[in-house]
Amino acid sequence: MTAVDGAGDAIPVEVHELTKSFGAVRAVDRLSFVARPGAVTGFLGPNGAGKTTTLRMLLGLVRPDHGTATIGGRRYAALERPTAVVGADLEAAAFHPGRTARDHLRVYAPRAGVDDRRCDEVLEQVGLADAAGRRVGGFSLGMRQRLGLATTLLGDPRVLVLDEPANGLDPEGIVWLRGFLRFLAGQGRTVLISSHVLGEVQATVDDVVIIAGGRLVHASPLGDLVALASRQVRVVTPDLAGLERLAAEHGWAATRTSDGMLLDDTTPAAVGAAAHTAHLELHGLAEEGASLEDVFLRLTARTEPAEPVRGGAA
Amino acid sequence: MSEVLRMELRKVLTTRMWWLLALLLLGYMAFLGAAMAFSLSGAEGGATLTGDSSAPPLAERDVALSAYTLAASLGYVFPLVVGALSMTGEFRHQTITATLLAEPRRTRVLLAKLAAGLAVGLVHGVAGTLGAVLGGAPVLALRDQPLFLGDGEVLTQLVFSVLALAVWAVIGVGLGTLLTNQVAAVVVILAFTQFVEPILRLGLTAVSALEDVAKLLPGAAAEAMVGSSLYSASGLLDLLPRAGGTAVLLGYAALFAVLGRVTTLRRDIS
Repeated sequence: MTAVDGAGDAIPVEVHELTKSFGAVRAVDRLSFVARPGAVTGFLGPNGAGKTTTLRMLLGLVRPDHGTATIGGRRYAALERPTAVVGADLEAAAFHPGRTARDHLRVYAPRAGVDDRRCDEVLEQVGLADAAGRRVGGFSLGMRQRLGLATTLLGDPRVLVLDEPANGLDPEGIVWLRGFLRFLAGQGRTVLISSHVLGEVQATVDDVVIIAGGRLVHASPLGDLVALASRQVRVVTPDLAGLERLAAEHGWAATRTSDGMLLDDTTPAAVGAAAHTAHLELHGLAEEGASLEDVFLRLTARTEPAEPVRGGAA
Repeated sequence: MSEVLRMELRKVLTTRMWWLLALLLLGYMAFLGAAMAFSLSGAEGGATLTGDSSAPPLAERDVALSAYTLAASLGYVFPLVVGALSMTGEFRHQTITATLLAEPRRTRVLLAKLAAGLAVGLVHGVAGTLGAVLGGAPVLALRDQPLFLGDGEVLTQLVFSVLALAVWAVIGVGLGTLLTNQVAAVVVILAFTQFVEPILRLGLTAVSALEDVAKLLPGAAAEAMVGSSLYSASGLLDLLPRAGGTAVLLGYAALFAVLGRVTTLRRDIS
């Protein structure tokens, strides 16, 4: 067994200069990023940005034109027992409708190197134990997502790759998924999840990799992205004149509202402290302004959609 | 490799298609076997396939053989479809992604599917052959004709009928690999087996220069593998020797599998 196949290893996912064109459209363009062990990495971008194509290249389903995508330094297809190293779920609805949930797992169990008991275990883990004997054809989208996740867990992999895992989950399911993915990353696993909605994964991810038009537009810890969001503090007061003086004293750029002001580049704590010192009566104090979603939209809008490739060979 | 094979066998066994079709095949062949035994063993003993009264009547053993090995001539579309579905179903339900994630080496996946197809084909072979015997033998018995069920040549042909039907399932896997669209694959199978080959066989045979080509058609090769057929027993068509027929039928299986591997199965899965 190679080092990569051992349990408990820290296995990074590394994408380097990855490029793929379909006809004249460059779907993925010299994309590089790393998903680190012990963290949940959000792979984000609008629909058609090249997320799924990238994940499919990572998993050996689509052949890259250039570049490499490796798991612990090895190509997916070069792994001895791939599903015991990487658990991947790419198609929310990809089940034979006539198979029961348990039988679906039993199909993939031999190659993951596990027995039927493990199938029941993962069903339990994703909350599908009661539906084990039911045919997948009658499952809701949320149940299919859970079964897909159970499939990825079969071989107890150190790396998880999930394409839009929150799709079709109800709010309760999303909260559950968040806790579950945090738990898996907490065990030192590498978790890479894609989404076209930042808000959906915002509370789940440690790192973000944002692409648009097949190109990387931003990669950082989530905190650095938060810093990009310009903050505003909404202040409500009966003493507008007093608030204006306070803003001028502290050099806060201010915008008048009907019952107060919006202050730029400060925090509710700073405004509250200053108002307290100045004996200014406040009726409201809250942080507002550009949300992460706004930043995300700004980042992804900046890059034009996939452009034609000169020469256009595939 | 054995893990991949177990994966493929479980795929078959966890769905209902394989035994539903096998059951249907058994029933259908029982009906046709009875009908064939009935019409060929006419009371005067002079009934012929063509209805041409000048053609010599079939020997009693040939009547039994014609009924018993009917599945290889008329029932092979069942294992062929089951084999094809094992690959086209993966594309239809998009489970090909999960399959190739479990085993990225695509040649191994195909080999495992061919082997699993052979196993299911054997079940279909037994079902179809058994059906024809179960349908034909009682009718022969009612007509006070010998059953020949202890006859060496008859038993040999029954075994080869099972094997030929199994090879048809393997051909189906290759065909499904080449033509992954399920509807297209089923339409091609039905059109070829029900119309194209029967017409070609009669048409080619009518032209003496092309008579040998007709023997190389897959249906004719399968009947040659069994050793007799409706057509040949009645003197309508010549067949290859058993070894030749077997080789040609296996050749089709290999041809489709290799063609599918280097074309469709080479592509990106997206």
